[in-house]
Amino acid sequence: MEGKRSVRMCCLCNERRASLNRPKTLEQICRECFYLAFEDEIHQIIVSNRLFIRGDRVAIGASGGKDSTVLAYVLSKLNRIHDYGLHLFLLSVDEGITGYRDDSLETVHRNQIQYGLPLKVVSYKDLYGWTMDEIVKLIGLKNNCTFCGVFRRQALDRGAAFLKADKLVTGHNADDIAETVLLNILRGDIARLSRCSSIITGEDGPIPRCKPFKYTYEKEIVMYAYFKKLDYFSTECIYSPNAYRGFAREFIKDLERIRPRAILDIIKSGENFRISTTTKMPEQGTCERCGYISSQKWCKACVLLDGLNRGLPKLGIGRSRVAIGCKEENESHGGKSIESKQCGSLDF
Amino acid sequence: MACNGAGGCQSGCYKDEETTCDQPTTAPSETDSKSSSNLCIKCKLNDVVSGYGGIDEGRFCADCFRSNLFGKFRLAVTSNAMISPTDKVLVAFSGGPSSRVALQFVHDLQERAHKNFEASRDRSLPVFGVGVVFIDESSVLPIPSHEMEEAVEVINLIVSSLAPPRKELHFVPIETVYSSDSSDGKERLIELMNVVSDPTGREDMLLSLRMVALQKVASEFGYNRIVLGSCISRIASHVISATVKGQGYSLPADIQYVDARWEIPVVLPLRDCFAQEINMYCRLDSLKTIKLSTCPSSSINSLVSSFVTLLQEENPSRESTIVRTAGKLIPFHFNRIPEIIDGNVPLATRRRQKRYNLKSNESVSSESFCPLCNSPLDKSEIVDWSNHNNCRSSDTFYTSCCSSCQFQILPSDSTSMEKFYTDLPHSMVARANKVNNDKLNALREQIQDCLLSDGEDET
Repeated sequence: MEGKRSVRMCCLCNERRASLNRPKTLEQICRECFYLAFEDEIHQIIVSNRLFIRGDRVAIGASGGKDSTVLAYVLSKLNRIHDYGLHLFLLSVDEGITGYRDDSLETVHRNQIQYGLPLKVVSYKDLYGWTMDEIVKLIGLKNNCTFCGVFRRQALDRGAAFLKADKLVTGHNADDIAETVLLNILRGDIARLSRCSSIITGEDGPIPRCKPFKYTYEKEIVMYAYFKKLDYFSTECIYSPNAYRGFAREFIKDLERIRPRAILDIIKSGENFRISTTTKMPEQGTCERCGYISSQKWCKACVLLDGLNRGLPKLGIGRSRVAIGCKEENESHGGKSIESKQCGSLDF
Repeated sequence: MACNGAGGCQSGCYKDEETTCDQPTTAPSETDSKSSSNLCIKCKLNDVVSGYGGIDEGRFCADCFRSNLFGKFRLAVTSNAMISPTDKVLVAFSGGPSSRVALQFVHDLQERAHKNFEASRDRSLPVFGVGVVFIDESSVLPIPSHEMEEAVEVINLIVSSLAPPRKELHFVPIETVYSSDSSDGKERLIELMNVVSDPTGREDMLLSLRMVALQKVASEFGYNRIVLGSCISRIASHVISATVKGQGYSLPADIQYVDARWEIPVVLPLRDCFAQEINMYCRLDSLKTIKLSTCPSSSINSLVSSFVTLLQEENPSRESTIVRTAGKLIPFHFNRIPEIIDGNVPLATRRRQKRYNLKSNESVSSESFCPLCNSPLDKSEIVDWSNHNNCRSSDTFYTSCCSSCQFQILPSDSTSMEKFYTDLPHSMVARANKVNNDKLNALREQIQDCLLSDGEDET
């Protein structure tokens, strides 16, 4: 360390003044080195995991939030600098939540102009005939995340198909994936546990999804967006309840304070879990009603929609004794229902 | 510590607005079952016991509760062939409720076998022997000496009350891991622990040393089984903390009923019992337990422990879900009692054991182990030794350890590592060397017939 206490130099370039502690490594570095390190790490992830091939049409799931905004920014930058040869699009989902989604959609529209990427918006209203506002009016604030998450997944796939996309990328970061690994352990979802730490998922489905931010800390994404003054919308969804994921999130925040690398260690554990072959895993088939991939007779979205349209909002929530897809009424177990399908833990 | 998510999130969320975090819904177990019309669901005769918050809360009467808990213990013992009549079992006793109940149940089993032995005419089936060991860690933990003295007295009383059959009681200081190396074990131990700066690393290092001590006592006094009182709650915490430390590969090794990695296999007969049930049992039967005061911990282990407790309060079946999920991970080949070849063991026992061992048809793969914590190494941690010639033994040791130990226990600079290495108990060092020698020997066996002379280096 230099004798002068007042000025600390960046430990990477030693030319500029250090202006931040890098959350992942706690190195004291300057902004420029941070940008370089941040972008280069993501470039290495993309290359070493062979996420894309030249000419791929890639849809970027864009919510207007910080993760997807930084993703769009960095991906288009890397595409340029390293000449990936990708065709990038912004794909946004309008769930129909007034006061929340309309604002974040405006952000995405601005991103479209700022980054010069074509934008496609798919809405729940068009796809399903229901907005989240209408759904919440009907079912209240319990289980609403279940509906939204399931619907969004299909919505993204359909939007991607419309764009003739080869791949879908989302801004899930290391914190998200670590939370998901923990959640799946807590909820006993061994099937998801085996898949959730993969950087590419759904390769046997309609469209493969990649998570280039898999090893990127949420704090660093925030830092990047902050210093680069990127335009993003940062409010929690107005319908988000005390989702079970909140427990995992708080725990991970505490963990990060004691040992920052624990977040990556959780992901490493997730990758190293070996699931017993005797464990019963759901088999993949197709939905009888809409043809989407499903492990049951009807896909979850169809089950939920059916329930909404018939005025039976609890259909598909909780464990039912009667097989899904039958015309009989399904009653879910009273208060236990919220335990089985926790919001926020659903696959994207 | 993990915040409750209760109103007023001050955890520094990056969100612009203050999110109104509502109180998580409390578990539905707060209904007082004080009404006298609550009968035990099993015998339907007596009133239920409640107030311990377990998943069976308010369902059993005291007697049925006891037999239910003992039943879980006995099922674990028999289905995993944990204890055979010719065994000598060493119960690791910490004084806490779990090990107290483990000791009690092992005694009950032994007493029953003893009665049968006395009653039988031909006395063909021997009774297994039981010993008790308490590891005194006061040289590295700040335990007040008067507490330790009291604890010793209490333990003596407990063990002497659990007779007949009589049980040998061993009080062993943790520095016993050095006893065969040198006389300054205590100093070396303190020096060793001082090198470890990470609080979690210190705790885990102590755990590894504790197991080395247990193994030493067991082999010295002729025991062939070590019983640990680990319950579901403890295992659930271990699942989460191992995940958090990146030990996803080795995790299944520590959470099964049987752990035969060690020279003396370790068994966990209370693996299906909840801490709440165990505490209740101690209350019901007025079993004396000891709690030694330790300074508050800032380690990952205690953070995880609080987290799991919080989750358990919110949903009483959370711990069992965690353990059940982890139970779906593939265990290792050493997670069952090794087959008994000893002809003195009754045939029935050998047959039963063979039957249980056939259950898993996982091929026996050879694992490499971390010399410090003895956990199986994953692919990325296994070293290509061809690149590591002419290294100092301390550096070789460092490289052969798992990444978790390398991060949280071992010092990163060579000089401190050298010091650390010299302070290690010989048994750990020998473990590292043994592994390498075994590998070389295994290879050598394959090419033995082609070797011409003994002119190679002797290791």
